[in-house]
Parts: sequence; C-alpha cells; structure tokens
Amino acid sequence: MNLKKCKGMLGFGALRLCAVISVLILGVIIFDIAFKGAGVISWEFLTDYPREGMTKGGIFPAIVGTVFVTFITALFSIPLGVCAAIYLSEYTREGKVVRLIRAAIRNLAGVPSIVYGLFGVVLFMRGLGFGASVLSSGLTLGLLTLPWIITTSEEALKAVPKSFREGAMALGATKWQTIRTNVLPYAFPGILTGAILGLSRAAGETAPLLFTGVAFYIPKLPTSPFDQFMALPYHLYILSTQHHATELVKPIAYGTALVLLAVVLAMNLLAIILRYRARKKLKM
Amino acid sequence: MEDDKIVTKELTLSYGERVVLKNINLRIRRNKITAIIGPSGCGKSSLLRCLNRLIDLTPEAKVSGQVFLDGKDIYAEDVDVTDIRRRVGMVFQKPNPFPKSIYDNIAYGLRIKGVKSKSTISEVVERTLRDTGLWDEVKERLHASAMELSGGQQQRLCIARALAVEPEVILMDEPCSALDPASTFKIEELMMRLKKQYTIVIVTHNMQQAARVSDVTGFLYLGRLIEFGETKRIFTNPKEHLTEDYISGRFG
Repeated sequence: MNLKKCKGMLGFGALRLCAVISVLILGVIIFDIAFKGAGVISWEFLTDYPREGMTKGGIFPAIVGTVFVTFITALFSIPLGVCAAIYLSEYTREGKVVRLIRAAIRNLAGVPSIVYGLFGVVLFMRGLGFGASVLSSGLTLGLLTLPWIITTSEEALKAVPKSFREGAMALGATKWQTIRTNVLPYAFPGILTGAILGLSRAAGETAPLLFTGVAFYIPKLPTSPFDQFMALPYHLYILSTQHHATELVKPIAYGTALVLLAVVLAMNLLAIILRYRARKKLKM
Repeated sequence: MEDDKIVTKELTLSYGERVVLKNINLRIRRNKITAIIGPSGCGKSSLLRCLNRLIDLTPEAKVSGQVFLDGKDIYAEDVDVTDIRRRVGMVFQKPNPFPKSIYDNIAYGLRIKGVKSKSTISEVVERTLRDTGLWDEVKERLHASAMELSGGQQQRLCIARALAVEPEVILMDEPCSALDPASTFKIEELMMRLKKQYTIVIVTHNMQQAARVSDVTGFLYLGRLIEFGETKRIFTNPKEHLTEDYISGRFG
C-alpha cells in the first residue's frame, strides 16, 4: 500500500517539476531582460528618436513602426480569418473539399516565417507594386497570422452548442440570422482571445519584415502605409549583431527587448482580461 | 379533408443507405393532440423534424414524398422554409433556452421577424408567459437569465418562446422526458389548454402520457406507421398484433 502511494507521489512530483521548470524558464528570461534593460528605460527612451548612431536616444520610431505594422496585420487577417472560420464551421459539410481546405490551413501554419517573407517580396512588393513598405510587411505578417486566426475562430464557433442553432432556426430564423444573433455573440470571447494572441505573436516576428519594408534607421515616422518603417524586433536584431559597437549599445538592446516583451505580455494580459469579462457577461 | 392540418403522403426518410421512415401516410387533425408512440430509435423524432423541415439541417438526410400543410406541400420548390418553421413550431426534448434573459428569449422570434416596437414585444412576453403559466413565477425577474430557471420552468419558457411567433402547429419531441412528475403534470395541463388554439403533435415514449393527453395516436415501429387512429380505440382495441404487443408491454 505504501509503495503505491509513494509511486503516486513521485509521479505527481515529477509532473509538478515539469510545470515549475516551464514557469522558471519564463521567469529567468523576463528577469534577465528586465534586470539588464530596466536601467535604460525612461520616458525619453520611449519617446525619443535614436541619436548618435543608435548609441544614445530612444526607440520611439521602432515602437510606432511595430504598432503600425501590427495594425495593418489585424485589419487584413482578422476579418478574413473570422469569415473563413464562419464559412468552414457553419456552411460546409464534411467532404473531400473541406478536408483539403483544412489540410491546407494546417500546412500554412507550419510554413517558416522567412518563407512568408520571401513570398511577401514576390506578391506584395513586386507583384502588387507596394514596394518596401509598412503595407507589404503588414500584409505578409497578415498571411502568417491568418491560419492561426482561422483555427482559433473555428474552435470558438464549434464550441457553441448545436442546440442554440436548432432552437433559433426552429423559430424561423434564417441561417445567417442564426449565426449573427445566436452563435457569433457566444463565440466572440474565443475569437477575440485568439485574435489578440495571434497579433501578439505577429508583433514579435522579424523574418517576414526583413525584405518587405523594415529599415534600421529612418529619420522620420511612417506617415503612409507606403513608407518604410522601423520595428522593435528588427531594431533588437541589428543592435545585438550588426551594429558597429555592439558592446556599447548592449543596454539599449536589452531595453528594446524589454519594451518588446512588455508589449507582448501586455497584449496577452489584455486578451485574458477581455475573455474573462466577456465570458462573465455571457453567463447571463 | 377540411379537418386536416398536416397530411403526409408516402413520406420516406433515409440517412445515406439506412432507411429510417418508410412511406408514412398520416393525417394530423386541426386542434387535436396527436401522439406518436413507439420504441426508441424507430424514427419518431426524425418524423417530427420532417414536419417543419428541421431535417434540412442534417446533411445526410434525404426526404422523399410530400408533407402538406393546409394543402400545400412544404417540400415544394418555391417554399419559404423560415415561414414554415414559424408556422410549425417545435419544443425539444432537452429544454434549450438561450443564455439570454427570460424576456430576450421570448422576444427572439419576434426580433428575428423585424418587430422592433418595445410595447408589442412586452405585450407578447406577458401573454405567452401567462399562457404557459409562468407569468406569476417570473414576472418580477423578466431580465434575469433564463438559465437560472428550473428544468420544468425552462421547458415552459421554450414553449412560450415558440408561442410568441404565433405558430399554427406545435411539435413536441418528448417534452417531458427530462422533467420531474410535477413539471410533467403542469405541461400536460398546458397542452390541453393549448389545443383549443393550436394543433399539437407530441412524440412520447411514455404510453400512459399518450393515453392521458392525446386525441389521436400513431404507432411507429421500425420506420413504419403500423396503426393510426383514435386514442381510445388504439389503447383498448388495437387492430394490429404489433400494436397490441407494444401497448401491453411485451416489448419496448
């Protein structure tokens, strides 16, 4: 009897250890970056332009660039992704074509981000003629994010019980009315969470930006989608590896990493809070 | 016949290879309660779903034959399905109130139709809640969530919700099977009141309920309508052996 209990506790302990290690890794990363980067953070750092070859000043244009490109990503991938998810979840019946579409989406999710970058060069920069710009980068990131949005939105829609749809249609609602008034509102928290998480990942991507529009230094902010821009992940990459005085700018690099991390964590936190509140409201 | 609200002609339903309903011919009479009895899994619920075209939601289902509502085939080419479903309402086996307020549940069917006037909606909410005997129990908390009601109350709410769109027929798919005896009694009473205004078709595996409540009974077995006639006669003097065996509990 005692041996069994011991084995159980050992097993449980091992699992708990795995969980702790995962949290610990995250903790180490955050702590390291915060420790080394916090010294640089100040209001000036966040609102000032880089000066004297990046060795002084701030990262304001990189912050703006990241926000701008993520915004375009959202505009492109969220409506398209949610509509695709609605189509797949509500309007198709199982069959060869649907299975093919789903397999395609799954495969798209696995395509390396640098390949998306190259594709963006061909399609958006050269093919559609947008050139190196926020637009090209945003659309490329949008393609990257699209499979994620479709998958999480579809899951959210499928989680709505069938009885809601049946009950609405039995009252004389059309299919679209049913979806609009009795399915989408209940899938909304899940869709929103998936969208925010997808965008927070897009905000941290570097490879798709590389050839499609990002630049190391631009003296002014992007004012139109056709301008080039700076971005936090790319800024971090250059400061850490390509800069002529990497040791000197190391604190700034860490500061940039900290800001980027803060942005991503903030978006994740926002997603969690919004989902919690939306779920609470719907329990009504 | 003048008296018939719904008539089915050689109604056949199959899911892929499997035939679930075979050449069903029945007549649902106006302002009467028709009960469909039979062992589980023999197609009773599917039959109901054919009567308001909810069967369309099942992609593998194939329907042939005709179903006449007031003389017009509901499976004809030019038919407006949403109109059929408004005229032939349905109450499901497991109460399925929407996770909205009591008020919004009943208002749902009206709002779908485009009714915007708050006074009209409030009037209908009160009328249907009174008709289903729920008014006194919930009048103080119309904007509370429907999910807070008991099972019996939820089912009566679903009936009220169906009544709000002014149907002509109400289909009930084992409406009391998930409920306790007290709620069952209330709903059976409700059905007797409702038949003055509506035509009711109820599917039930509870023979005593069928005998208590219905005017006409049909016995469905393995997809075939074995016998169909006045309830009193079916239960005291059935014509078919199979019917007699089922009613006397020799199989179920």
